[in-house]
Amino acid sequence: MSTATYSAHDDAIQSGAHAEHDHKPSFFVRWFFSTNHKDIGLLYIMFAIMAGLIGGALSGLIRLELAEPGIQIFTAGSWLSKIGIIEASKQGYNVVVTAHALIMIFFMVMPAMIGGFGNFFVPIMIGAPDMAFPRMNNISFWLLVASFCVLVTSLFVDGGPGRGFGGGWTMYPPLSTIGHTGPAFDLVILSLHLAGASSILGAINFITTIFNMRAPGMTLHRMPLFVWSVLVTVFLLLLSLPVLAGAITMLLTDRNFGTSFFNPAGGGDPVMYQHLFWFFGHPEVYILILPGFGMISHVVATFSRKPVFGYLAMAYAMVAIGVVGFVVWAHHMFTVGLNVNLQAYFSAATMIIAVPTGIKIFSWIATMWGGSIDFKTPMLFAIGFIFLFTVGGVTGVVLSNAGVDYSFQDTYYVVAHFHYVLSLGAVFAIFAGFYYWYEKMWGVKYNEFLGATHFWLMFVGVNVVFFPMHFLGAQGMPRRYVDYPTAFAFWNRVSTDGYMITVAGIAVFVVMLAESAIRRRKAVANPWGDGATTLEWTLSSPPPYHQFNDLPVIEADAH
Amino acid sequence: MADHAAVHHDYHLVKPSPWPLVGSIFGAMTAIGLVMLLKGILGVPKGTPWVLCMGLAGLLFVMGAWWADVVKEANEGDHTPVVSLGLRYGMILFIASEIMFFVAWFWMFFEMALFHHVRTFSPIEEVRTAWAAWPPKGVETIDPWHFPLINTLTLLLSGTTITWAHHALQHGDRKNARTGLILTVILGAMFSCIQAYEYREIILEKLFFNETSTSGGLYGSSFFMATGFHGFHVMIGTIFLLVCLIRLLNGAFTPRQHFGFEAAAWYWHFVDVVWLFLFAFIYVVFQGHAAT
Repeated sequence: MSTATYSAHDDAIQSGAHAEHDHKPSFFVRWFFSTNHKDIGLLYIMFAIMAGLIGGALSGLIRLELAEPGIQIFTAGSWLSKIGIIEASKQGYNVVVTAHALIMIFFMVMPAMIGGFGNFFVPIMIGAPDMAFPRMNNISFWLLVASFCVLVTSLFVDGGPGRGFGGGWTMYPPLSTIGHTGPAFDLVILSLHLAGASSILGAINFITTIFNMRAPGMTLHRMPLFVWSVLVTVFLLLLSLPVLAGAITMLLTDRNFGTSFFNPAGGGDPVMYQHLFWFFGHPEVYILILPGFGMISHVVATFSRKPVFGYLAMAYAMVAIGVVGFVVWAHHMFTVGLNVNLQAYFSAATMIIAVPTGIKIFSWIATMWGGSIDFKTPMLFAIGFIFLFTVGGVTGVVLSNAGVDYSFQDTYYVVAHFHYVLSLGAVFAIFAGFYYWYEKMWGVKYNEFLGATHFWLMFVGVNVVFFPMHFLGAQGMPRRYVDYPTAFAFWNRVSTDGYMITVAGIAVFVVMLAESAIRRRKAVANPWGDGATTLEWTLSSPPPYHQFNDLPVIEADAH
Repeated sequence: MADHAAVHHDYHLVKPSPWPLVGSIFGAMTAIGLVMLLKGILGVPKGTPWVLCMGLAGLLFVMGAWWADVVKEANEGDHTPVVSLGLRYGMILFIASEIMFFVAWFWMFFEMALFHHVRTFSPIEEVRTAWAAWPPKGVETIDPWHFPLINTLTLLLSGTTITWAHHALQHGDRKNARTGLILTVILGAMFSCIQAYEYREIILEKLFFNETSTSGGLYGSSFFMATGFHGFHVMIGTIFLLVCLIRLLNGAFTPRQHFGFEAAAWYWHFVDVVWLFLFAFIYVVFQGHAAT
């Protein structure tokens, strides 16, 4: 891992005494008109936590409904219909599934990883005082809030078959055209336009920052791996999101302006939507995981007190994943009647991705090998990540086979797979980063016991939720159905019990937040010792309002 | 930062700004207003335009105010060489994302133009009939060697006039810079007019949409959305150039520093190249039998 013999002109640590001279704007100006990358990063993190709690509550509705066969909750007269926020009907169930996915992807994982940790730490790690375009940075955040408001509005307006849009986050026509004629889906489309604009502007900002604002001596090959991971991620965003914008614009015009891109009666083809969507959608799932790869590298190296094994291979493995990620999209579409040669190509290309991913997994293990490992909370989450992501990765190789996919397409096996890599992979990476940088970001220490309790409850909980889904999928239980035959009852019950354990874990997380906010144990600049080598640990916790008024000079790399 | 004298770097730490928050509010208003206009939501009846109009007006206002701030900061000397380089990166990356946006529309067109025969095996009867011939039955494509050729020449010529203006600006010859820029703006506006006339003809002559065109739908959709989004970008580019012209007349830009102008020129070359692809593929290569 990189670097940092940091020799600023005066002292190595820009001390707290220096920070007192920081001139901060008044409360409203500071948080609403912000042009400070750390404040915007904190806003993103708080937004992601809030969205994560909402998205998690929605998944609770799904798990409670599926706890036993028959329809318990999404039906007239249930407690859900008395609350009245979500329509208590089959449509309501589909709306909840759709909203859960969209919120977790666009409003929880992406804001936390790229907006939150990326904003806060990328400039610091490359020795820059702020992002390249600080004002544009802020519109990336507020557009996301605007987008979220529009998405939430869609839950309360007519969708066509009922209230809200229930066509899944993939929004396939004809379910998203003639299947949902109401205004709800138009709101979803425009919400995604806003979120897309937010992400594209953010991507431009990160690429410019990383290419243009590295401190003297911070060459590309000395950049910390988290910066590498964000660089690859934002390139994927920049190149894939505009294609989604085009695809959903076609949906919008098909619905409202009489075009027939996806309407067979006018010569259109719904499968074309799937191509356009997954050309975005596959890079998108790498967008969700790549920054996690970067964070895990930092955490594993820090708590093994060793530089990360194979730094260059780790960096270029992420580049390879990003590049190959653009040419595998149709493995999401094996069953649409794809030409058999294309199926062979997309199977093979997808399996190729296991190679750079394997490089990463084995390099993390090699980093731990022979290290003096300290099992602090971030490291627990990092090791949990490596285990869970590996499980999700190997089921991904299974699914990449077109022949196997004919059986598994749209079953719970797929649900298990992508929750192992995202809900367990990406989210564990976020928690690893959250605890790793907790003191640095918030200026107070977290309680190690509560952190570890959070980890163990969540680790057990999510495995109990998602491991049984492999069995359910292999037995043929389809996704996105509100009900199922009694044969699937046992493992669904287990899965819902797992959800309860996970909720207990999240409750401990909230207690941990409250405890640290009340006790306010003063943070130190570097709580992790010699293993933490990147530039953020040379600054006070929290860092001064504007760091690096004297740019640091990077004189050596440590990897 | 107690005293600004302590800052020893050339980066631009921008002051807090209301525009991102205000712009996002208008962004949400535009989105909700558009749905109100199209479908009617939240108790507002279908066909209500004022929410959308207010949102769009607000967005235009924020853009103007925001970019006015950028110009002001540039004049105050905040755009040091390293910040200027950052702005260049930003503009190039923005154009890259725009190119990917056009990829979606070209992809749609190529799928239809290149692989229409695949769809004659479709189990859906409408699709089989629709794709039995190219161009689709009932569709009269445009003769590329009339208006489209004139428009191609218009844009290519405007590419030379903008370069003329740029070179003149670099040599401090503001009179020639002004002439070149005025010509570019006129050529840009001319392109939009010719395209509007071409659209009018397509619709009045029922070239794409008529009684016999079972699948005029997709051809027309693809044609109008691809060339239409390009036309929209031409208008944005023309406005961008016009703003540069006004700034030039007001004494802005020096021979060494004129990034606003360069960004407009890059953007103009980008719409130029997109048009060349549209002309080559939509008008020439896949023209089928032309009208008249």
